[in-house]
Amino acid sequence: MKQVSDGGALPAARPRGIAPFFRRHELAAVGALFFGLVVLAAIFAPWLTPYDPVAVNIPNRLQTPSAEHWFGTDEFGRDIFTRVLFGARPVLVTGFLSVASALVVGTVIGAISGYRGGWLDEVLMRVMDIMLSFPAILLAILIVAALGVGLVNTIIAIAFSMIPTFARLARSIVLSLVHEQFVLAAHAVGSSEWWIMTRHILPNMSPPLIVQATAMLAIAVSYSAALSFLGLGVEPPTPDWGKMVSEGQRLVFDAIHIPFFPGLAITLTILSVNYLGDGLRDALDPRLKNR
Amino acid sequence: MTYILRRLFWLPIVLWAVASLTFLVLRLVPGDPLAQVAVLVLDQAQLDRVRAQWALDQPLWNQYLLFLSNLVRGDLGLSMASGQPLTRLLFEKLPPTIELALVAMVISTVVGVGAGVISAVARRRAVDYSVRTFAILGLSIPWFWVAILLIYVFSVQLRWTPVGGRIGVGVRYETITNFLILDSLITGNWTALVSALRHLTLPALAIGLTSAGFVARLTRSAMLEVLRSDYIRSARAKGLRERTIHYDHALRNAILPVLTLQGLQFGTLLGGAVITELVFAWPGMGRMLLDGILRRDYAVVQGTVIFVAFIYVFMNLIVDLLYRVVDPRLRGR
Repeated sequence: MKQVSDGGALPAARPRGIAPFFRRHELAAVGALFFGLVVLAAIFAPWLTPYDPVAVNIPNRLQTPSAEHWFGTDEFGRDIFTRVLFGARPVLVTGFLSVASALVVGTVIGAISGYRGGWLDEVLMRVMDIMLSFPAILLAILIVAALGVGLVNTIIAIAFSMIPTFARLARSIVLSLVHEQFVLAAHAVGSSEWWIMTRHILPNMSPPLIVQATAMLAIAVSYSAALSFLGLGVEPPTPDWGKMVSEGQRLVFDAIHIPFFPGLAITLTILSVNYLGDGLRDALDPRLKNR
Repeated sequence: MTYILRRLFWLPIVLWAVASLTFLVLRLVPGDPLAQVAVLVLDQAQLDRVRAQWALDQPLWNQYLLFLSNLVRGDLGLSMASGQPLTRLLFEKLPPTIELALVAMVISTVVGVGAGVISAVARRRAVDYSVRTFAILGLSIPWFWVAILLIYVFSVQLRWTPVGGRIGVGVRYETITNFLILDSLITGNWTALVSALRHLTLPALAIGLTSAGFVARLTRSAMLEVLRSDYIRSARAKGLRERTIHYDHALRNAILPVLTLQGLQFGTLLGGAVITELVFAWPGMGRMLLDGILRRDYAVVQGTVIFVAFIYVFMNLIVDLLYRVVDPRLRGR
């Protein structure tokens, strides 16, 4: 398989693979590690805490952090640490699914557009331009407003707002690939278009798309937090970080720990994805080296 | 010249498409939009007026044509919940949001460009690493959380700034443009000006400081790129002082892409203002939009989204055109 060549000089014979990558990019390693922990916390949440994330326990309410309740309790006496663990679920599901769907749809649109060219390209790209004429978060809010609140609609809304970014990137990669020798050679030996597309073009699109997808994952997590902060995400009492911050906001005078910890969880999760994304970009996109 | 003409030719088409997309997305909602809440608020006569004004008893196609013809005349219709004209609501709610986003943009440009330049000049030194950490933190931290932390530190603990609102209770002021800072300057009302600025500080900082991270990263990489170029090497060879090279030669070129992106950032900042407003009880568009969504007042949602998207489209156009003015290399294309 040929790597995408962009004219920049590749550093000589660097060791490839995951371990050398993380040795060169320590912050990316820290990011990946923390993000891995968040994923594990989301999966194994019920086994990591003795408390229930939704059961109300009024005598226990508004406790500050202690040995029993690491992050304290909220106004309904629920353990905040437990709710932060469970709250990772909607955030991660929204993040992964919205980026994955936008990646697939956007890549297909971009690939068709770049490969076919002509009027189809023109039409598809103008549609993408129109979607980009909205500030992305506003487009997501508009779609949630139309579809109604809820996890699935949040995913659709965020995915929709991200499609044009992937489509444009995919199109530009395809345009740079269709004139490469190996694609021309495939045409010359009579390969079908489907074969060329799936065997030659798509595999070579992955490095920049992975970098972009990681960056978009950070954005998707922040949009998901923002939508649920606005009350447009999952329905209560399901624990959700953005929702927890907005509920705790009223208690800023008495119990800052209530909005503090879920907000910290959002920040650290996005931060870890951003560090991972920066490392991947350095490694897979040599043009940006040493910036 | 042809480029400008082509952009201007596309402008009405883009605006039409943006408005149509908004209209269509909101018509995905099943059922009678007026059946939801409006019946509780409006009397029968008002209800009839709103229904007629949106042509809700007619097929979608007619509703769409009516919507377009109203839009061309600058009429965004009546709110379905309150029966008020959208244009009046927007005049009331949009200036506070734009005021907030503009001040935030100034903060993010000044802090971001400053930090980015320092970081690039002091590359790989401690300052550089701290700026880069601050920058990536700014990209990662949610606006609404920063807003709450700022309120906790400056309003609750230190009691320096008000917790929310746009102006102190009981401060008298005249509304001309509804940009409070501008109005209080025009009328020479210093009490109102000071009160407005005190209320503006925290929300503007919450948005401005976090988006400064993005600007700092961009400035840093643009500076590093320029500092590698031949004319900088020539300047060094001539024996110019490093300070002159950095600020007179490099920054002027490095800042162009940064300023362009700042123009494009304005849309993002508006989005940030929408969210941050809620934390600070800022009486702007964010509150109006969210209430519109929660009350299922689609007229308000439609009008607000279209208006903001229009601002965004115009902003992009102006930035693109300005960019060609300041960067002569692009003109011939």
